[in-house]
Amino acid sequence: MDTLLLLGTTKGLFTLRSNDGRDEFELAGASFPGEEVYATAVDVRGDRARLFCGSVSNHWGPVLRRSDDLGATWSEDQTAALAFPPESDVALARVWQLTPGPADQPEVVYAGVEPAALFRSDDGGSSFTLVDGLWDHPHRPEWQPGGGGLCLHTVLVHPTDPDRLLVAISAAGVYLTDDGGKSWRASNSGIAVGFVPDAPVLEFGQCVHKVARDAADPERLYLQHHGGIYRSDDGGGSWDAMTSIAGMDFGFPVVAHPTRADTAYLLPLDSDEFRCTPDGKCVVWRTTDAGATWEPLTSGLPQHNAHLTVLRDGFTTDGLDPAGLYFGTRSGEVYGSTDDGDSWRQLASHLPPILSVRAARVG
Amino acid sequence: MEVCIRVPTALRELVAGARVVAVEVDAPATVGAALDALATGHPALERRVRDERGRTRVHVNLFVGADNVRDLDGLATPMAPGQELSIIPAISGG
Repeated sequence: MDTLLLLGTTKGLFTLRSNDGRDEFELAGASFPGEEVYATAVDVRGDRARLFCGSVSNHWGPVLRRSDDLGATWSEDQTAALAFPPESDVALARVWQLTPGPADQPEVVYAGVEPAALFRSDDGGSSFTLVDGLWDHPHRPEWQPGGGGLCLHTVLVHPTDPDRLLVAISAAGVYLTDDGGKSWRASNSGIAVGFVPDAPVLEFGQCVHKVARDAADPERLYLQHHGGIYRSDDGGGSWDAMTSIAGMDFGFPVVAHPTRADTAYLLPLDSDEFRCTPDGKCVVWRTTDAGATWEPLTSGLPQHNAHLTVLRDGFTTDGLDPAGLYFGTRSGEVYGSTDDGDSWRQLASHLPPILSVRAARVG
Repeated sequence: MEVCIRVPTALRELVAGARVVAVEVDAPATVGAALDALATGHPALERRVRDERGRTRVHVNLFVGADNVRDLDGLATPMAPGQELSIIPAISGG
């Protein structure tokens, strides 16, 4: 079995593919040169591996493509798979997230897009339908965009209850549904709002950057906010601050270990002004006690003059144990670890700015 | 009447490499009607030109002959028999 990485960049899609031992990685690309690739997915449910790629051309607009041969060829449906219904008078700007649905519903795929909306496919990604329950939410007219746009960038499917979904929107925050998307509620209780004077409690309007689910406890979630790191132990119903990593409260991604409880990874950046790795040192931080303590992981990562930025979907895991962890930078480098983060090595460099990284074991 | 639509290099893979696609529209024809006909036969090409609201994408120019339809009547610009519609990407990007 190989491990396949999909590297979405500002100039197209690249891939890294390893052998069984994950010790050699071969780079290929670019597919779709010139297109920005914010979202990809490797869907290994059922008896096939299906790749998805959501890209946007500055000239020709967004497009969703699929591949059933691990990227050798890609196809695009004649009828646009992802498009807003005519009555909305809205046009799709960008695909931000592609998330396979529950394990026992292999034809269900979710897409988070800009302007912020959730789409669902029931036919393996050939066609998607706007999730009206969220689109019609009374908060939506008041949602404000983050720096990247008004985007729905995170979709978490509950592992045992397919009717429960969590989505995160910048800068609206976390929304939950318990009925398969018919009704939604904002769920940002406990998240501080440092960017609003007098720090009021906001029902919504939060700049949540990314959310990840614990491997063992599906009710435990880790959240990287614009100004802090948080944990929920009740499926996102409420949030508590995790122990600060030396006061570094800004960052984009958060990744949960794919198999080990209470274990997650962060890549903090120096302030929301600079947004680069602090002090010129690239450090991944790991918790193994659900955010009570953090340890820096530096072996193999650049520690001098390394002013790197990793975006919200630029850090991922391949789902194996020990975990393969991979992140791509806006300066076009890819670093990987195949020992739970204990040691790292550079897998690629000189790529265009990296927007998204996804990985999975494939046949 | 037949309208010939000139396809830019970047999009020719969507029409099996063709430089020109011919569509049939009722006379009197407009640019919008020609694109409607294109959407029937080549929807993936048409949606590179217009979004799902039917609006021409910002960085796409449409020329009837030598004239940019933005300087004329947009998608309502009439097309005379024999005139060609050209899809031309704007000089933009980074």
